[in-house]
Amino acid sequence: MVRGTEPVRGRVLVAGSGQGPLLRLTHPISFWGGVDPVRGVISDPRHPQFGASLAGRVLAIPSAVGSSSSSAIMLELLREKTAPAAILLGRADAILALGAVVGQELGYDPIPILEVPMEALGEFPDEGTVDVGRDGSVLLVE
Amino acid sequence: MSVSLSPAEKTLLAGETGDATAMAMRIVVAAADLLGAERLIEISSAHIDGCLHHGDGGVEFAEALVHGGGRMAVPTTLNVGAMDLLHPGIVRTDAHNTDMARRQMQAYVAMGAEPTFTCAPYQVGHEPGVGEQVAWGESNAIAFVNSVLGARTERYGDFLDACCAITGRAPLYGLHRSENRRARVVVDVSGVPDVLKTRDVFFPVLGTWLGLTVGDEVAAIEGLPLDTTRDQLKALGAAAASTGSVALFHVVGVTPEAPTLAAALGTEGTDDDGGPRSRITPTSDALRAALARLSTAGAAERIDAVAVGSPHFSLEEFTQLAAITADAGMGANGPRLAVPFYVCTARATLAEAEEQGLIEGLRAAGVEIVADTCVVVTPILPAAGGVLMTNSGKFAHYGPSTTGYEVVYGSLEDCVASAATGRLVRDSRVWSW
Repeated sequence: MVRGTEPVRGRVLVAGSGQGPLLRLTHPISFWGGVDPVRGVISDPRHPQFGASLAGRVLAIPSAVGSSSSSAIMLELLREKTAPAAILLGRADAILALGAVVGQELGYDPIPILEVPMEALGEFPDEGTVDVGRDGSVLLVE
Repeated sequence: MSVSLSPAEKTLLAGETGDATAMAMRIVVAAADLLGAERLIEISSAHIDGCLHHGDGGVEFAEALVHGGGRMAVPTTLNVGAMDLLHPGIVRTDAHNTDMARRQMQAYVAMGAEPTFTCAPYQVGHEPGVGEQVAWGESNAIAFVNSVLGARTERYGDFLDACCAITGRAPLYGLHRSENRRARVVVDVSGVPDVLKTRDVFFPVLGTWLGLTVGDEVAAIEGLPLDTTRDQLKALGAAAASTGSVALFHVVGVTPEAPTLAAALGTEGTDDDGGPRSRITPTSDALRAALARLSTAGAAERIDAVAVGSPHFSLEEFTQLAAITADAGMGANGPRLAVPFYVCTARATLAEAEEQGLIEGLRAAGVEIVADTCVVVTPILPAAGGVLMTNSGKFAHYGPSTTGYEVVYGSLEDCVASAATGRLVRDSRVWSW
């Protein structure tokens, strides 16, 4: 276990802090067509984590793919309060980040979005609570 | 903030020209930082994809801009909404969603965008010239404006497209820059028989293959007929932008940045002979695999509906469809289509087609016209589901996930012949080479 060890450093795409149970996706996802923002769950039946809830989790995604309408789904997640507590992306994605930036403009509760190499999370257990700080630190807390 | 702004841009950001412009500028600057752009560029036109209702946040965003005094700084067209404002009864949805979809469309019109509500703004008079810097949304429109018109846009999506339109600025990166517009891959289709390459049914299949093969790389296609039509290029780009992230392709001898292969590669006037780039020749098996991918309905013998017009039907396509149905003797004095047949188009194109007398006969044959929207973005197809036939690579790609229908792909002629009886008819001879 790496509890209490050095935090992983990510590149801050959208600043903020958040804490929640880690949800690590094994495949890329398109939020448009892949996430139901009203329920906050993965709704693409072809995705291996189909049915998983995103709300309040620290979501680690290898990469976001697909439609640029994913910004709109990100915004709806924030509006519906079904959004993850934080998003860690293996590869920076302007589309999801833009949805979060627009959410801040509209006064929705902000969430941090970071670019974090997925290998850096390799020692994290599959289940555990993760804390994301404003400075881009990602730390396993329990 | 790492992007550097001109004095005029700082004025916009400071809110001296209104709250909406300041908010739009903050979003453009945030995007520029995310994308690593060093500065912004002035744009001369915009096409906004963000008027399609995905949820009420999109309405809040658009209305916040309206309340902040937002105005489009450049000529701006609008993509489809979730409603057919001309034929509202055609969309199966509840009162709340109808109201919100309408508000989202009207908010952008209130800010001075043209109520075009089409994914093919280039068919209703919005045609920026070669080299113009623009900010367009919607993947087929992006591919068309870059490739066929030679204007320069990146892949803009919801919110950023509107913010670019309001500020008249876009981040300088990607396909706005000359060096990123050069082809990295050469696709040689000179081996494909002309009898196939001159048929409309070929282009969505080539596009499907192209998107799967090149992903987001810029390709130069060699060996297409010099009289390849705009509708064929439109179909090629739409399919390539569905299966891949193709935002720009060149067709040697046809599209404006590719008078020659060397021009497309950016090697003209240099010692570079274009040699080291990858060169791909699609085989007949590869193209037939792409063709097969456009039909998910397996061994279907019957169809339940037809949808055409993705991208939106052009006037030329209405002319073709009218001729095909007339040849089949359909219309007021003849038989009607046996299954629902939807044609999606822009209201402006519909008006032109009506003026030319093309619509009355089609409606008499049982054709249903959908304007301002289309069948894969909002519930229009009969709820019972089944098998949907289309001549569109884009409908074939998105249909199963967005409508629940299985799809079969064929030519426009095949679609009419199949809809006449409900029994699937396809002319596959053209694919045997």
